[in-house]
Amino acid sequence: MSSLATRFQRQLPLLTTAFIFAALFGVAAFSYEGFFSARTITSLLTDNAFVGIAAVGMTLVIFAGGIDLSVGAVIGFTAIFTATLIEQKHMAPPLAWALGLFAGSGLGAFMGSLIHFFRLPPFLITLAGMFLARGAAFWITTESVGINHELYNRITAYELPLSETGLSASALMLLGMLLLGYFIGHHTRFGRNLLAVGGNEQSALLMGLPVGATKISVYAFNGFCASLAGIVATLYTGSGNPSLGIGLELDAIAIVVIGGTLLTGGRGHIAGTLLGILIFGTIQAAILFDGRLSSWWVRISVGVLLLVFILVQRTLAQQLVARKTVA
Amino acid sequence: MSSKPDSIRTANPVRWPLIGLAALVLLNAVFNPAFLKITVLDGNLYGTPIDILVQGSRTMLVALGMTLVIATGGIDLSVGSVVAISGAVCGTLLVGGHGLAVTLAAALAAGLLAGGINGLLIARLGLQPIVATLILMVAGRGVAQLIVDGQVVIIANPTFEYFSNGFFLSLPVSPLLVGAMFVLTHLALRQTAVGLFIEAVGDNEKASRFAGLAAARIKALAYVFCGGCAGLAGILTASNIRAADAYRAGENMELDAIFAVVVGGTALSGGRFLILGTAIGALLIQTLTTTMYNLGVPPAVAPVPKALLIIGVSLLQSDRVGRWLRGLWPKKEAA
Repeated sequence: MSSLATRFQRQLPLLTTAFIFAALFGVAAFSYEGFFSARTITSLLTDNAFVGIAAVGMTLVIFAGGIDLSVGAVIGFTAIFTATLIEQKHMAPPLAWALGLFAGSGLGAFMGSLIHFFRLPPFLITLAGMFLARGAAFWITTESVGINHELYNRITAYELPLSETGLSASALMLLGMLLLGYFIGHHTRFGRNLLAVGGNEQSALLMGLPVGATKISVYAFNGFCASLAGIVATLYTGSGNPSLGIGLELDAIAIVVIGGTLLTGGRGHIAGTLLGILIFGTIQAAILFDGRLSSWWVRISVGVLLLVFILVQRTLAQQLVARKTVA
Repeated sequence: MSSKPDSIRTANPVRWPLIGLAALVLLNAVFNPAFLKITVLDGNLYGTPIDILVQGSRTMLVALGMTLVIATGGIDLSVGSVVAISGAVCGTLLVGGHGLAVTLAAALAAGLLAGGINGLLIARLGLQPIVATLILMVAGRGVAQLIVDGQVVIIANPTFEYFSNGFFLSLPVSPLLVGAMFVLTHLALRQTAVGLFIEAVGDNEKASRFAGLAAARIKALAYVFCGGCAGLAGILTASNIRAADAYRAGENMELDAIFAVVVGGTALSGGRFLILGTAIGALLIQTLTTTMYNLGVPPAVAPVPKALLIIGVSLLQSDRVGRWLRGLWPKKEAA
């Protein structure tokens, strides 16, 4: 009985998030004609595929109590890097993607090593990484590079047919990464190590967990996710642009936090990240449907929503602590 | 008369940034003798060093506020957006026909308000500084765009331009203003106990609270001050480019400011600050930026060397590297 209650309590943030998504979507469906359709949902996934993929990696980093501000810049770098390789060096896209993914993971591993070995604050190192990746992106070119490749055309034309609409390759990629993140985060020893490190690094160390390897790997994995997001972005826009993904790190962090993952680390769920992506996408879609509000309202509303969720999280956490001390 | 073994290392904390600045200036002077040349035109001073002072004054201002925030053990990522908001307020009010005094007061108030929000979230509600200020970093740019309705507002007001492009007694105005701010802040912090309070809170918040300090209020005030500095920097930026650009104004400023503070010897972990170090750090980063422009590095690529340098400086300040370096010269350190 009491175990059921604690189980419920543990899922409470997730349930709250699900409820908020339902309410938000309901209000939007009620307010805007044509909002409630399968196409809206599939395009939610397609339109937010690259933010979502970045959010999967960010979720795992935040599990471990870290933060990565470089993801937006890594997306921009990978996009222009792969686009240039394909268009100007006439490289086969899979090879260009592999190089892009390698670069992103490498930068992640480098930042993770600095953070771990020299005990430097993650935000500072990843902020430096952000400027590094963004500068490198503009170094390649400041212009947008259009991609005309047969493979690209085939991928963008592909849709997994559902009843009345289809899932694009980008949406499928997002769902695949969510599944991978779910598997890594919740069903592997590595995932448990992440949560242990995020919960209390000192304890994790005393328990004999490989703290250093865990931290470095999670930043490397996040770099991988960010560069994969960059590749998906080139599919989505049909081009590479060095200024792609500016400010995207906050969107990714917001998605993770809205999904109920604690920013202080040690607790969270990938399913919450999926809900976070849907909420984030619904806000954007609703503002687009409305047409009266400008795009910068997205920024403002995401900021406000993030703030509200953090405050709610804090209150919930405080209540849990209070209950524990009473019992 | 301290006999602590590391007294030499702490004897002159601004030594390293000064050496860095001197090295950079020297390097420039060797490769480009015109670098140090100052000319007098219409009774006013011109030249690359003057440019560096004028362009660096905004970073210095933002870094001044950031110094106090970092000294309390926090961080403010929102300064760039606050610069944009304050500039947007300037543009909208001036174009709307309001007086200069009202405009300046409103722009400063916007900065103070932004700092107040940060302070409230961090000191009262206990949010992590990175997160709280990240919210304003992103939402703030949206607010700035909202104020100017997504436009770049052109400002044509000679008095307003004077702040950033004018001369006073042959000297450029903005470095004078910012220099005065530094001196005033230094006096306010070091001639009273406020500086000590800030360091106490940054060193150990709990202990300072037990010692009777209003720790939350001191922390909140640091953010308000930082917001105010960013607001002033926004005024200078709008005055410098004669426009309010909500999208680009204050871009990358948070990194420059953090860089200036860290290079200047203020520890990111909080608990001590060096205002003079920050000023030198800000000049160092501006000299670096100007050097890169002179070398023909495109502005968009300029963050790369800066990022590498900030990683290098943080590494030098980390314990592990410190131990390693001391291991290399054990005799000299002991002497």
